[in-house]
Amino acid sequence: MDWTVIAQSLPQFTAAFWLTLKLSAIGILGSLVVGALVSLAQYFRLPGLRQLAMVYIEISRNTPLLVQLFFIYYGLPGLGLKLSATVSGVFGLIFLGGSYMAEAFTSGYNAISKGQLESGRALGLTNRQLARYVVVPQGLAASVPALAANVIFLIKETSIFTVIAIPELTNTALDLIGLYYRSNEYLFVLVVAYAIILIPLSVGLTWLERRVRYGTFGN
Amino acid sequence: MAEALLSVRHLEKAYQKNVILTDINFDVHKGEVVALLGRSGSGKSTLIRTLNGLEPFQKGELRFAGEVVQPKAATWLQLRQKIGMVFQSYDLFPNLTVLDNICLAPTKVAKRARAEVEPEAQSLLASVGLAEFADRYPRQLSGGQKQRVAIVRALAMHPEMMLFDEVTASLDPEMVRGVLDMMVDLAKQDMTMIVVTHEMNFARQVADRVLFLDDGTITADTPAEAFFTAPPTASAKEFLASMNF
Repeated sequence: MDWTVIAQSLPQFTAAFWLTLKLSAIGILGSLVVGALVSLAQYFRLPGLRQLAMVYIEISRNTPLLVQLFFIYYGLPGLGLKLSATVSGVFGLIFLGGSYMAEAFTSGYNAISKGQLESGRALGLTNRQLARYVVVPQGLAASVPALAANVIFLIKETSIFTVIAIPELTNTALDLIGLYYRSNEYLFVLVVAYAIILIPLSVGLTWLERRVRYGTFGN
Repeated sequence: MAEALLSVRHLEKAYQKNVILTDINFDVHKGEVVALLGRSGSGKSTLIRTLNGLEPFQKGELRFAGEVVQPKAATWLQLRQKIGMVFQSYDLFPNLTVLDNICLAPTKVAKRARAEVEPEAQSLLASVGLAEFADRYPRQLSGGQKQRVAIVRALAMHPEMMLFDEVTASLDPEMVRGVLDMMVDLAKQDMTMIVVTHEMNFARQVADRVLFLDDGTITADTPAEAFFTAPPTASAKEFLASMNF
């Protein structure tokens, strides 16, 4: 292991590190928004939207991100929509993540006992009031573990961005290896960089799960 | 006699072609406590659930306080503010404290001010010995405590009538008494009540009348004492014997 090689590569890796973080953050936020909307359309059986949501989830979950990215980056221009690599990457990540987040939210909502809805109705609460005060707060809390797993999953998926040449971490490492043939050094930095992002995040999310559970159910 | 608070005429309920309730007729007057008895599967729960629209019915008529109840969503939302209901599974909202469970419907549905509802909720809790539980979450309560909170939650809406669907059926034996006592007190305060129960001693103690349901029809509608001392039908007699009564 040649540490000077590593030291020389650090500026490039640092830039890639921040880019990976930035694209992940946008992709995750977008996925959460899409997922929340899709899951509510399904839970409250909104006519039309519910079917649309189902088709979206099936396509999104049953095609690889790699193929989704090829379609967005190389396919869409044929249909008259040309997006930069970065924008394509983020869209792809949101397209993939939205369905995973939707399923996570849905699993949270489904954990709510039917009896609660019934006793809420018996008190005169409308569906909307039930959603706001009963279903969503509990569903959110119950879905945090699944949402957290998706956050980690989506960050790792950004490594696939390399196929459309976005200079994120994996792309940068592969590029440097191609240029200088020092695979040990660059792969080492690559692993460390992902670990710096993912390990503290994973620990933080576990802490958050506990906090949310306590805040919501008092235990 | 004054006009009935609730009157049910020729009510019929079916799931697809499966008829569950046929030609149900009865009245409940203000302040009356009616026990709805019968074997499992006789349709007691289904019947009590049609009275506030949790189960739709196909034929017949329901009147509440003299007005025909139009079986549509908007009417049920209104009516549920006047008819409280408590279930076998306590179903408190686990994300809300005891106090918030109680205050939710009065503030959001009846649109009363929280400042007005809260002291009332506190005093209702105190009256059933749960004053110090106001800020706890449901999971920190025992089954019996939860069920008492569920009753308080329904009472906080100032209902004109209460429906109780086997509210002690899933409680540990030592928890049953506290919940029953609470219902006895309510009856003494002239709350109009329909009670589905398997607690025969309690039914005898608290009910003015017994409706006996047999295979989806009411086969006896008699004063409670008469029902227990001289069961009016062979089936009622068998039923009481099966309950060791």
